[in-house]
Amino acid sequence: MARISSTTLKRLFHTMLRIRRFEEKIIELYPAQDMRTPVHLCIGQEAIAAGVCDNLRQEDYIFTTHRNHGHCIAKGIDIAALMAEFYGKVTGCSRGKGGSMHPVAPECGILGTSAIVGGCIALAVGTALASSFQQDGKISVAFFGDGATDEGIFHESLNFASLKKLPVLFICENNFYATNSPQSARQPHDHIAKRGASYHIPGFQVDGNDVVRIYQTAQRAAARARAGKGPSLIECRTYRWKGHVGPDCDYEKGCRPEAELRDWMQRCPLELFQSRLLADGIITAAEIVSLTEIIDADLAAAVRFGKESPVPDTTDLFRHVYGERD
Amino acid sequence: MPWTKVFIDQDDFDSLPNQEGLRWITFRDSLREAQLQMLQHDDKVFILGEGVDDPGGIFGSTVGLWEIFGKDRVMDMAIAENGLTGVAVGAALAGMKPIFVHMRMDFLPICMDQIINHAAKWHYMTGGKVKVPLVIRSIIGRGWGSAAQHSQALHALFLHIPGLKVVMPATPYDAKGLLMAAVDDGNPVMFIEHRWTYDYKGPVPEEMYRVPLGQGVVRRPGTDVTVVAISQMLYEAVKAAKALAAAGIEMEIIDPRTLNPLDEDLICASVRKTGRLVIADVGCRTGGAGAEIASRVAEKAFSALKAPIAIVALPDTPSPAAHALELAYYPGAAQIVAEVERLMGA
Repeated sequence: MARISSTTLKRLFHTMLRIRRFEEKIIELYPAQDMRTPVHLCIGQEAIAAGVCDNLRQEDYIFTTHRNHGHCIAKGIDIAALMAEFYGKVTGCSRGKGGSMHPVAPECGILGTSAIVGGCIALAVGTALASSFQQDGKISVAFFGDGATDEGIFHESLNFASLKKLPVLFICENNFYATNSPQSARQPHDHIAKRGASYHIPGFQVDGNDVVRIYQTAQRAAARARAGKGPSLIECRTYRWKGHVGPDCDYEKGCRPEAELRDWMQRCPLELFQSRLLADGIITAAEIVSLTEIIDADLAAAVRFGKESPVPDTTDLFRHVYGERD
Repeated sequence: MPWTKVFIDQDDFDSLPNQEGLRWITFRDSLREAQLQMLQHDDKVFILGEGVDDPGGIFGSTVGLWEIFGKDRVMDMAIAENGLTGVAVGAALAGMKPIFVHMRMDFLPICMDQIINHAAKWHYMTGGKVKVPLVIRSIIGRGWGSAAQHSQALHALFLHIPGLKVVMPATPYDAKGLLMAAVDDGNPVMFIEHRWTYDYKGPVPEEMYRVPLGQGVVRRPGTDVTVVAISQMLYEAVKAAKALAAAGIEMEIIDPRTLNPLDEDLICASVRKTGRLVIADVGCRTGGAGAEIASRVAEKAFSALKAPIAIVALPDTPSPAAHALELAYYPGAAQIVAEVERLMGA
């Protein structure tokens, strides 16, 4: 941690806190039932989005999944446009055509989001291929869950990316569940990072709740990609605190053991990091309070924008099926 | 104009009154020239596909291109159709214009997730912020015992998906002009060729040109019956028209050229004139392109119909292998003639 500047450490903390507060705001608002879109919350997994995206430039590409809020926030999406999208408003980042599962923000390298498991992995390889054609120096990141590594497209994408030495990072957020199916019911061996070796890709297994470790690992992988040495696979082991979809926990329904959730909550990525920063004197309690106030004010403004924005005109239904010729 | 005429054989070329300055080339050479010129003209264009750089070069349609443009822009690939479709989509999102080639249309079912869930949805789902300028070429096979997994015509599957365009060229002139239009369209375009059109020749300008998507063409004017002929069935329809003309029946042949967008107006105007409609398709009947065209005409020009609409299509069975069964399976000019005569008697 000593090798990382205090500015960077504070920025990582800020990003994680921003994601956490955003998701908590959704939990607060969702019961009103005017946010009519399925939400896949990432509380408990914030360190991965923050640690990886801090190594990216604005123009670098990320592709994420149905569980995308954290990645989009870490990459710099306008949270007001995101909130408006959740409220189905025409001011939403996808003009009300995407909802919570399909945010887009080309201005910060988010060219769209797929909610088909594994779907975005190949897209990230594709933008990396475009970068190799265009020699634009950009790198691409695919975020996906452990479930996606069951899919053929994961293997097809890693194989091709390695063959062509493309500038892409494969970030697996292993939260041990694909919806409610545990990893042990789906995979013969608990070590997704090792799958990289099959494709001659370096694989790293890291504590997905340790933002510093993630930041450092992603930093090496990003440097490798930018140097033209090809892709890396990083397995971040973490846990989602909420159910697969929606603002509730799911242990009450028998989806997961409650003790398992409690155990992981003891290892809250935000609290762990906050304690280290406080102990090392990098941040003060007063700074955290004021940071939280700023974030919450931003969120309140975003919610207001989302609620007050106009809904799309019904003629919008027929727009954007096809693009016009340039 | 020679550009819209259909040439069945050498006699057809020879009968054209003014051949000055016309270049006769095959459908395959026309496709190859379109890709060559697009690669020269636009550095965003690249070709990707199994065997695009092999000595056969996708039945000759990409042959030698890698020697001019290198193996990065004429790229062979891992046998991973769905993954590589995703890679092509991703490249398109970042501004490239990939032409993804499949020697057989039967390989497209492997790519359905990326075609249907991703390519087709992307522009809509992103509120129009991100385009997918992707062309997927695929070739319908036929004959020589190719059987059920190497001779499917699956164009109707893609007609059902909003967000995709479906292009089916039949003549050498259209092969080049439609492919160029498809590459520049800015949308995912299913560009579907028929192996049996590859050897047909026609006049093709050397310069670059585009045939707009969504404009059908009257291949032969006639007064008695409209025949909408899709892809390779165009040649069967021309043969049928010659036979029927001898019996005093004048067929009007329409080549829709693209099934989505479909030139409904052209088809309906023709039906209003002739009062009869036969649709000749290269695919299976149920849920097919013929059914779609029939339903639109029934909705929009029903009162003009003097007889029920007839569809000449493949029977609802997989393609067989044995030659004797293939002969029974594939309809041609004879079936079109029979349907026209039936309608004329109705």
